[in-house]
Amino acid sequence: MSLKSLNIPVINFVGNRKYALIFSTILLAVSIASIGFQGLKFGIDFTGGTLIELGYEKTADLEDIRSKLTSANYSGANVQYFGSDTEVLIQLEPQATTSAQLSSSIIRMLGDGIDVRRVEFVGPKVGEELTNDGGLAMLYALIGILIYVAFRFEYRFALGSIAALVHDVIITIGIFSLLQIEFDLTVLAAILAVIGYSLNDTIVVFDRIRENFLSTRHIEPGPIVNDALNQTLSRTLMTSLTTLIVLLALFYLGGEVIHSFAGALIIGVVIGTYSSIYVASSMILALGISKEDILPSEKEKKEIDARP
Amino acid sequence: MNHYAPWKNTLVVFFLFITSLYALPNIYGSDLAIQITGTGDYVVEENDLEGINNSLVENAIDFKSVELINSNILIRFNDSKSQLSSKALLKDTLSRNYVVALNLAPSVPQWLSGLGGKAMSLGLDLRGGVHFLLEVDMEAVVSTSIDRYYNELRTLLRKDKLYKKIRKEDNLLVASFKTEEQKNEAKKLIKNDLFDLRIVEGSESELEVSLEMSSNAQKAAKSSALNQNITTLRNRVNELGVAEPIIQQQGSERIVVQLPGVQDTARAKEILGAVATVEFRLVDEKNDVQTAIQSGKIPSGSKLYKFKDGRPLLLKTTVISTGENIVDASSSVDKDNNPMVSITLDNAGGRTMLETTKEFLGYRMAVVFIENQVETIIENGKTVKKRSKTQDIINAATIQGTFSNRFQITGLDSSREARNLALLLRAGSLSAPIEIIEERTIGPSLGADNIQKGLISVLVGFALVLVFMGWRYRVFGLVANVALTLNLITIVSILSMLQATLTLPGIAGIVLTVGMAVDANVLIFERIKEELRSTKNIQKAISAGYEKALLTIADANITTLIASLVLFSFGTGAIKGFAVTLSIGIITSMFTAIIVSRAMINLIYGGKKIEELSI
Repeated sequence: MSLKSLNIPVINFVGNRKYALIFSTILLAVSIASIGFQGLKFGIDFTGGTLIELGYEKTADLEDIRSKLTSANYSGANVQYFGSDTEVLIQLEPQATTSAQLSSSIIRMLGDGIDVRRVEFVGPKVGEELTNDGGLAMLYALIGILIYVAFRFEYRFALGSIAALVHDVIITIGIFSLLQIEFDLTVLAAILAVIGYSLNDTIVVFDRIRENFLSTRHIEPGPIVNDALNQTLSRTLMTSLTTLIVLLALFYLGGEVIHSFAGALIIGVVIGTYSSIYVASSMILALGISKEDILPSEKEKKEIDARP
Repeated sequence: MNHYAPWKNTLVVFFLFITSLYALPNIYGSDLAIQITGTGDYVVEENDLEGINNSLVENAIDFKSVELINSNILIRFNDSKSQLSSKALLKDTLSRNYVVALNLAPSVPQWLSGLGGKAMSLGLDLRGGVHFLLEVDMEAVVSTSIDRYYNELRTLLRKDKLYKKIRKEDNLLVASFKTEEQKNEAKKLIKNDLFDLRIVEGSESELEVSLEMSSNAQKAAKSSALNQNITTLRNRVNELGVAEPIIQQQGSERIVVQLPGVQDTARAKEILGAVATVEFRLVDEKNDVQTAIQSGKIPSGSKLYKFKDGRPLLLKTTVISTGENIVDASSSVDKDNNPMVSITLDNAGGRTMLETTKEFLGYRMAVVFIENQVETIIENGKTVKKRSKTQDIINAATIQGTFSNRFQITGLDSSREARNLALLLRAGSLSAPIEIIEERTIGPSLGADNIQKGLISVLVGFALVLVFMGWRYRVFGLVANVALTLNLITIVSILSMLQATLTLPGIAGIVLTVGMAVDANVLIFERIKEELRSTKNIQKAISAGYEKALLTIADANITTLIASLVLFSFGTGAIKGFAVTLSIGIITSMFTAIIVSRAMINLIYGGKKIEELSI
């Protein structure tokens, strides 16, 4: 039974995959170039330093704050409005003698009657550790997923899903680098969540590809993969939409603190949806998936036969 | 077909009843409160409750209730004005056996809390407060231990006049001898009596041997320093008056301190990190300080000290008494309105003080303030620890008469300084310098903002998803919406039961779960739609849709769980919160989206003859 006779719209995803390849390659190239040349605008979680968020009763005078900081010899202070013009964010890069006392003396210097909304101080050593741990966490997540997918499916599927994940992570980070949005600990958490989400999508497609391989007599992998993509398309879009809806609510209503976290998730969900349709399945086709690879008993037989 | 056995339906209903019951405490909000606990060994009891009740009534303070729960006295208020004024009142009237702290107390009704119902505990980013990560300077710990072993080694070897010279090199003790026999004799003694020291391999020459602390001894010294510091920090936090503080070890050399609701963070920082103590020494009255400075020769038995303003003074090297002998200290003002600290010494300290003041009547005695500081600085791109020690004379006064364990220190700059000094002396000194290496403070206004914004985004996101699902899947969409609502309730209920801490990223995790939890239902419904295209048997299509989607749902969710477990194991506090709610949400969504929605679909469509599905 073909999909057309079942009245399901058929999009030729597999046939279009070379355009997707070009698109992805461009995105990846731009992302990597931006990360390489421009780098990321790391937040104080990773660089170390001091951050002070202050609430004023009336519109705050940024120039006044800047000149006070300069005259008190604090170098590299970044002063800006945060959310509204009664809220001010002061960020200081690590000073020669950065310590937790720094924020207290700045607050004392700026005067009384200011609402201290947030103070963050991260020592240089802690920042370094968080950067290392963050990289490791990303690696562990990828390895854990690789093992699970290889165990549940087949190594080509595992490589396909990892390719999609690496694609998503690089492009999401790339966009953060390109737009120079601050990359802090919550963004890292968002990217780990994106890994989970994108994989979720990919697995659903893979599951369907496996099922189709087992239930039809077609041998050609291309049409089988294409059918699977079409069958899961409305689910893929529905879930992405509901997720995007809540993320947009979080982005616009959740407040400044959660802003870049929600932003990273939105970018990640869009890219992840795209990659589970185009990247993961193209990858397994490129790796030469075939019906025999899916049938466990036959595959094992083949392996035994292949032994000398 | 499509019929759940009665026991299965009962189980689902029972489960939902329990989760709803335990999610209930969260809708009651909380009261402004004051929490009173005993410090150290002191436990508050029924008597205290009566006394506090009476003094509140006498002072006409408006309060809601006062009760004793688990050796805590909890007073609830209607407004923050009476909360603050009664804190001031109770702090003055109660002795130092009590910690008086501002708090928020959930106002869960009796019957519900009787069943063990508790509201979710809110993280610092929602209720406001300070999070500190402190690092103990372990190099200093080893170095102090080596100093101690240096003395012990000299005492040990001195008996038989075995050594020629012992010197300290970094963290090594190098002993040199006159003859090889003496060296061997000494090695034997060390092996028997000072087994914490061991000979550095390959360091031994004919007449010399280097010793270091064994790794076990180092480990023991470090862990005891860490534990002592935790105890001291706990005392200091008690002095600050904080409800439900968290002070715990993290790793082998770090301590996490979380102080919910603390407003004066500058003071908290000063107090927690201070490694300050005092020493009492006699002034060297025989030698002139100016001659000593000019000639560059400090007379033996004396040491050069300076006042805060830079004036020099010679003090005797022998210490009369130190901060360790102080059992109590309190700040006040003297008759001329100058700040002072009243000191009470323990018996040993009092005895020496009495002997000294008797013998040296008319001499001057100096109070030396000692502060150790450690800072991590960046030098040529590398992080280095910078240690500094300040020793200032805060006053030197003539001994007018004999005294023993009670006396006053004056000469302090401000009453703030007097208060801090008194507190530090009371709480005991830290056994090793510590440094604040991370601080995260959330002010109460931002905390309240975060709660409000978090709540709004959950509600708006949730409402939008409900509308969207209802529009797309009709009756099935409504079923999915009920399942989603129940999922939200279940998440809240499990968070409350586990008493996991809810943070802002945790709320984000809930929001994300709301979006993702419908996924299972979307998968099922799309599958049913597909089945409907190839079969006329509606009941069979429903059942096949559920069955075929099941494995996919499990696979997809397990991989997401793996990612959130990694998040949990790596993350710091706030991120952990996100991982916790995301994991709980994924697991509960499997239950509500598969089993609960199936139960409802069965009730609606099961066993009936149906022409068309509203999907």
